[in-house]
Amino acid sequence: MPLNEIVIIDYGVGNLLSVKRGLEHCGAKVLVTSKPEEILNAAKVILPGVGAFKKAMKALDNLGLVKVIQEVANRKINLLGICLGMQLLLDESDEFGLTKGLGLIPGRVVAIPTKNDDGMINKIPHIGWSKLINSEGISYWNEGILKTLGRSDSSYFIHSYMALTNNNKYTIAYCLYGSKKIPAVIQRDRIIGCQFHPEKSGEVGLKILRDFCES
Amino acid sequence: MTNLSSELVNNLRLIARLDIKGENLIKSIQLEGLRVIGQPNEYALKYYLQGADELIYMDCVASLYGRNHLSDIISTATKNIFVPITVGGGIRSVDDAFKILRAGADKVAINTAAVANPQLIEDISRQFGSQCMVLSVEAKKINDNKWEVYTDNGREKTGMDVVDWVKKGIDLGAGEILLTSVDKEGTRKGFDTSLIKSVSEQSMVPVIASGGMGSPDDILEAVNEGGASAVAMADILHYGRSDIKEIRDTAKKAGFGVREYAIE
Repeated sequence: MPLNEIVIIDYGVGNLLSVKRGLEHCGAKVLVTSKPEEILNAAKVILPGVGAFKKAMKALDNLGLVKVIQEVANRKINLLGICLGMQLLLDESDEFGLTKGLGLIPGRVVAIPTKNDDGMINKIPHIGWSKLINSEGISYWNEGILKTLGRSDSSYFIHSYMALTNNNKYTIAYCLYGSKKIPAVIQRDRIIGCQFHPEKSGEVGLKILRDFCES
Repeated sequence: MTNLSSELVNNLRLIARLDIKGENLIKSIQLEGLRVIGQPNEYALKYYLQGADELIYMDCVASLYGRNHLSDIISTATKNIFVPITVGGGIRSVDDAFKILRAGADKVAINTAAVANPQLIEDISRQFGSQCMVLSVEAKKINDNKWEVYTDNGREKTGMDVVDWVKKGIDLGAGEILLTSVDKEGTRKGFDTSLIKSVSEQSMVPVIASGGMGSPDDILEAVNEGGASAVAMADILHYGRSDIKEIRDTAKKAGFGVREYAIE
């Protein structure tokens, strides 16, 4: 297998076709697989996902992929989690009872607050295009997957839970929903998570995927 | 009196709606009298390039004949369209939903089959997440404060109250409501604002207003007074009476937050 191949982990959840087509549009060679040896041989790995946290962890566990993904991180293979795939990178989630995550970035997944500071209501799920805002003092923006982004570029979010990291330094970009800050991109070394869907975020999303492919 | 959510002002979504019959994009008036407009994906690509935030494909005769032709159309569309796609019409089971999601759809919109079997809403939201389960509601006015749920693309009465049905659908796991006014659909007379308001006040999930958009200004009332989180547009785009850019500019001027998008 050539080393420039990007592997999308197939564990039975999510719209894998769209992620694949987005990457191929960027010129990447893509393999969709659940085989541990193929995942560990990849140049880069994408963990997609929509749906519920608990169900997704169970699916990964049943396929023996929890340890495989942790090994991906150990071997310093670039790893990108998208939406639920981002949330799975954290230690645990509150969704439908406390569930352990992959533990690759310290933090936990909690429900998006339904009320803003002014008492106004946020409808849940958070669905729509939100501007990505650079967290203060974070330099990853300039060198990582956001490097070619314009300062007012928006991307597409659809989620009811959010990924709160324990240390602000891991949250490199956020968006605002009402008055609430929602982590949009988290990163620890070569492990990156996007709450939004780059494969559904038009030209802006394709730029992010291209920068991930070339990173 | 409801608190107007600040989210409405943050994240107004402009959605192009494509009603499909067989292989054609069609347009109706009050869901009847279908006229062929053209090839659906030519229009879809145009709207994507104009900056549409999402697309909705609705197979408008699928319920009648029990089939869905959309898989091929969607599978082709997702080769060069990179925004969310919702598909409705003729989805009757978790397996039907799975197939259309596999073809590249992000969400399914269900009306007739959900009315016949409300459990389907719960089954789909459990299986794929509630963000994937859009409850499509066709509403016909009875009086100033009451609307009846219709199925089969506005052909069949159900006797159900729209607001009650929406609440039940959300309890079962619907993550979004696509609310189509049968009375206003295709008329260009503006949205049914009181319908949108009645539903969105009772809905904790986002409501997409559909049916009746005559000019870009019509969205102001649907959002400010109705409380819609998104608007679905068909006739106004298909006949070129406006385009997404002009509509986006109108929304921006009115102070709504919309996606910033540079047209290349």
